[in-house]
Amino acid sequence: MPSNWLVLIVLALATIGFVIGRARAIQSAGGETRDLHSLPSYYGTHVAMMAAVPAIGLLLIWLIAQPLIINSSVASSIPDSAIAETDLGLVMSDVRRVADGLDVAVSQGAMTTQDAQNLNADETDVRAELAKVGVALGSDVSVPILEAAQDYRQKSKVGSMAMAAAVLTLVAGGMFFAVGRTNKSFRARNVVESGIKTLLLAAASLAILTTLGIVLSLVFNTVEFFKLYPLSEFFFGLTWAPSFGGGSELGFLPLLWGTLYISIIALAVAVPIGLFAAIYLSEYASPKMRSVAKPLIEILAGIPTIVYGLFALLTVGPLLVSIFGADGVGIMKAGTAVMTAGLVMGVMLIPFVSSLSDDIINAVPQSLRDGSYGLGATRSETIKQVVLPAALPGIVGAILLAASRAIGETMIVVLGAGAAARLSLNPFEAMTTVTAKIVSQLTGDADFASPEALVAFALAMALFIITLGLNVVALYIVRKYREQYE
Amino acid sequence: MFDTDNAKNTMTQTDIKFSAKNVQVFYGENHAIKDVNVELEDKTVTAFIGPSGCGKSTFLRCLNRMNDTIDICKVKGDILLDGEDIYDKRVDPVQLRAKVGMVFQKPNPFPKSIYDNVAYGPRIHGLARSKAELDEIVEKSLRGAAIWNEVKDRLDAPGTGLSGGQQQRLCIARAIATKPEVLLMDEPCSALDPIATAQVEELIDDLRKDFSVVIVTHSMQQAARVSQKTAFFHLGNLVEFGETPQIFTNPEDERTESYITGRIG
Amino acid sequence: MTDMATNNDIVPPAKSSLLALDARTQRRNREESTFKALGLGAVGIGMLFLLILLTTIVSNGVGAFTQTFINVPVYLDPAKLDKKGERNLDDIKKVSTFGYSPLVLNGLLELVQENGIDTPFEKSKQMKSLVSASAAAKVRDYVIANPDQIGETVTFNLLAASRVDGYLKDRVKREDVARDKNISAEHLDLVDELVKAGIVKKGFNWSFITGADASESRAEQAGIGVAMMGSFFMMLVVLLLSLPIGVAASIYLEEFAPQNKFTDLIEVNISNLAAVPSIVFGILGLAVFIQFMHLPQSAPLVGGLVLTLMTLPTIIISTRAALKAVPSSIRQAALGVGASKMQSVFHHVLPLAMPGILTGTIIGLAQALGETAPLLLIGMVGYIASNPPDGIVSGFMDPNSAMPAQIYEWAKRADPAYYERAWGGIIILLLFLLTMNVIAVILRRRFERRW
Repeated sequence: MPSNWLVLIVLALATIGFVIGRARAIQSAGGETRDLHSLPSYYGTHVAMMAAVPAIGLLLIWLIAQPLIINSSVASSIPDSAIAETDLGLVMSDVRRVADGLDVAVSQGAMTTQDAQNLNADETDVRAELAKVGVALGSDVSVPILEAAQDYRQKSKVGSMAMAAAVLTLVAGGMFFAVGRTNKSFRARNVVESGIKTLLLAAASLAILTTLGIVLSLVFNTVEFFKLYPLSEFFFGLTWAPSFGGGSELGFLPLLWGTLYISIIALAVAVPIGLFAAIYLSEYASPKMRSVAKPLIEILAGIPTIVYGLFALLTVGPLLVSIFGADGVGIMKAGTAVMTAGLVMGVMLIPFVSSLSDDIINAVPQSLRDGSYGLGATRSETIKQVVLPAALPGIVGAILLAASRAIGETMIVVLGAGAAARLSLNPFEAMTTVTAKIVSQLTGDADFASPEALVAFALAMALFIITLGLNVVALYIVRKYREQYE
Repeated sequence: MFDTDNAKNTMTQTDIKFSAKNVQVFYGENHAIKDVNVELEDKTVTAFIGPSGCGKSTFLRCLNRMNDTIDICKVKGDILLDGEDIYDKRVDPVQLRAKVGMVFQKPNPFPKSIYDNVAYGPRIHGLARSKAELDEIVEKSLRGAAIWNEVKDRLDAPGTGLSGGQQQRLCIARAIATKPEVLLMDEPCSALDPIATAQVEELIDDLRKDFSVVIVTHSMQQAARVSQKTAFFHLGNLVEFGETPQIFTNPEDERTESYITGRIG
Repeated sequence: MTDMATNNDIVPPAKSSLLALDARTQRRNREESTFKALGLGAVGIGMLFLLILLTTIVSNGVGAFTQTFINVPVYLDPAKLDKKGERNLDDIKKVSTFGYSPLVLNGLLELVQENGIDTPFEKSKQMKSLVSASAAAKVRDYVIANPDQIGETVTFNLLAASRVDGYLKDRVKREDVARDKNISAEHLDLVDELVKAGIVKKGFNWSFITGADASESRAEQAGIGVAMMGSFFMMLVVLLLSLPIGVAASIYLEEFAPQNKFTDLIEVNISNLAAVPSIVFGILGLAVFIQFMHLPQSAPLVGGLVLTLMTLPTIIISTRAALKAVPSSIRQAALGVGASKMQSVFHHVLPLAMPGILTGTIIGLAQALGETAPLLLIGMVGYIASNPPDGIVSGFMDPNSAMPAQIYEWAKRADPAYYERAWGGIIILLLFLLTMNVIAVILRRRFERRW
């Protein structure tokens, strides 16, 4: 039974439960709804909730757990000889593909369930059979793989049946229990409300699950990577030269350098412009000008990064080449370069720096400004000597957040910075970054289990730790700063 | 420096520091000060009293053009400092405020060291030619504000770390460090406890020797204690102005009397 | 004055007139103006960048909305298209586009000769450079739909080749043509004549807005329509998941959460997730949804799930602000008449906060709509979906692209004809974002309450 049908059945049963629960409550009060502890619909909701929520929870857990359990049980039954040439992961993906193919074949009526189970790889060309129903396989199907696939199907089928049975039992049980305790003095509203509260808590906990998901997916694959590639060579290697045939050099340092170099240029553009714009808008501009200029600058923040990427690749790059290239200064070879990506990223970060700084400058109490004006200071003296020093921690926090943004930015560097990893000081040379390499290592045709693909997870892990560190420090500084003036 | 002699003459002749003629202040549509005429004397403490919202603080802030920082505020009429119109186009409010210092309701030390707080004014106005001179100014000012003994050992500590009363005296030291001629005080004791208030009041009496002091206060007792002249404001009007004892014992206007006896406030 | 100075600690400064600025004040005022000018300059630079960016986008992209077409009468030769002459649809379908191509080119050559245009080309094959490779397919589709037209001459409005289009849009210059094996200078002369004769015309390019991506060599045919559908289904997933989950999480945190370590943990996670680079969410999607849960690659469902996780923190933060803005007097009023806490929230607080919540959600959606990086990792790029999805399930599950991913794909291709498409795609993307933001602003203006 497909799981979406199962969900529909559970929901239908829950609806029936609602009606039963409501009717039973009214009946227990002798038709006098005012005698009930809660409104009738709460009794109905109580039964529906008890029927559906645990069952759907079980269904979700089962759907995630079953493939894992079957995978490992089937994997252990595959003879070593079949795995010898490649690795287990690849064999298992073949197994699943064949199993899925057989499913398709059965559902299209090209085979009976019986046939599919009795196929023998020595007698039938399974690949050709499956190709007829539109399932393309990469290679011929060997005996152990077909057997494993048949085993896989068998177990999946048993698992699905068991799941349906378990879920429906749970629905019935929940309903029975809930209907059983329904009577006029039962506090249905309280139970329903605590149930809803649990759901709300579950929604809030999704944030923790997401973080956990990020950390686990990074950790597992990073560990896999370091099994294949030495840790010291990754962290201290000065060369980045992946080759999908093997023998890659995967040094992290050139990528880190490219990332930092571009970020520094971006901040060198964004911080002065953003900060001065924020100062002007919060200290000098008339309310009218502020109400026009601030949203206009913030439009820059709403433009998707792909647009900036294209702008770097097609507009800024060629422009810089025409000035610094062979026809001009002669120090720039191609449009994609550290300078290109850095400048464009700087433009992107201007509104980020300016709106954060604006908030922070506005949080400086007016009394400090008055104190300074009262002593005969000019506006600029007040800003430079009183407002900015007072706002400094907050501004540092804002700059750290901007730095974290710059380091994690992907599209601008993918399109604007180039692909070659280099340890160079010339900002007009192409360099590459951590994010750009995560994209290129995972979008190629690399085998997922190879160090060349897995290295992306190690890179992402490093990126995650760096940006997380910056964010935590920055958020802490900004919070402390706000508390100071609250 | 150009009209030194001229200014000196004005001073010695009249002894009037500020003279306001037909001053009107508008906050947007709101007519906050109506036709105020008053002359404030040098070396005197003048108190502005009146119920809240009567315009006394607004008028005080006209005297060093602090109202310029509020966009919707418009001032009409003449306010003369030593015979010069401070709202004249040629006057730079920055230069004016160096002459007319201000202490605010809430102590507002800068988040800097005690030393830097006091040195701030002299530095921006270039009053010290050397570090030694600056040290001297800072010490004199802190002594003048009667706080030197409490802070002399920790001049590098942040000014925000002091107690409320100390902070307010630090702000006074900061204000007198620029060597102003007039010191405006906007309810300087309203955020302080009674002991700190007593210290500041004592200080105000001392300051009278060197400055013309104008103090806005909510407390009639305070006005009676520290001032020689008192002005009573009500609904934007200057109702009565005269010798402090006279105002408190024998007011001419019945609104003044109602206020002093606590019937309006 | 002098004895006062000696008697007292504080020395009043020498008197000076207020009416004359001393040198120091003049210098300080100059510094003031410089500083102010710097600030104004920074604001100006910010706005200048915006202006440059927008003019670049519009000037480069507007060309994508027009396309060059050629009006060609094609003789649908029965001898070629239906050799048996039975008008049997199965027989007709056997003729591939290769069979149609010569008919189109013949038609064009005859047209050229009829119009008396002087040209060195005598063979129909030489016309190939002018017509899009998609033209034959268009004619074939027409014939299969109307088999009775075989033997007639039908005039088709066919796409011109990308180079011809580029020449008319000034993208392809005469001096570059020498190195180009796709077209020659003589062809361009011919194009000029055909334009004069009104045979080659530029028209509005609907198929750019509705069509599918095309292969590298057929830039003239590529459209963003299918990617738009991909984006649409992704946004549907994001909306359906992030709005209820985000609202539920915000209600919990704002109204029910106790002050404890677990709540702190949730709060810290949300604020940090809001600042995690988007590419990391792509890694999460790849590892969890594709590697672990075996959801189909390139499917808008997976893209939607990843973008949901990415936008949830933004939505939660703005929803909480909206809930916080509802004054506690409302809650107390509801509690005062005997409503439970839950009832006071769902009956009173939530409806009052709804405009703010929707505004935040729309802005979150707009952010998700423009996001590219995570989509690259879950395979929503480089895939050419040739047909729009044919149903709701297929819309969610079948491989597709998304607008920003499609733009990225075009930006990477070698043919500059695709750059114009990329800029054009950006115009469409920005129009969507603009619309969403305008709706958000209107919502806020219209329903915002001041308590």
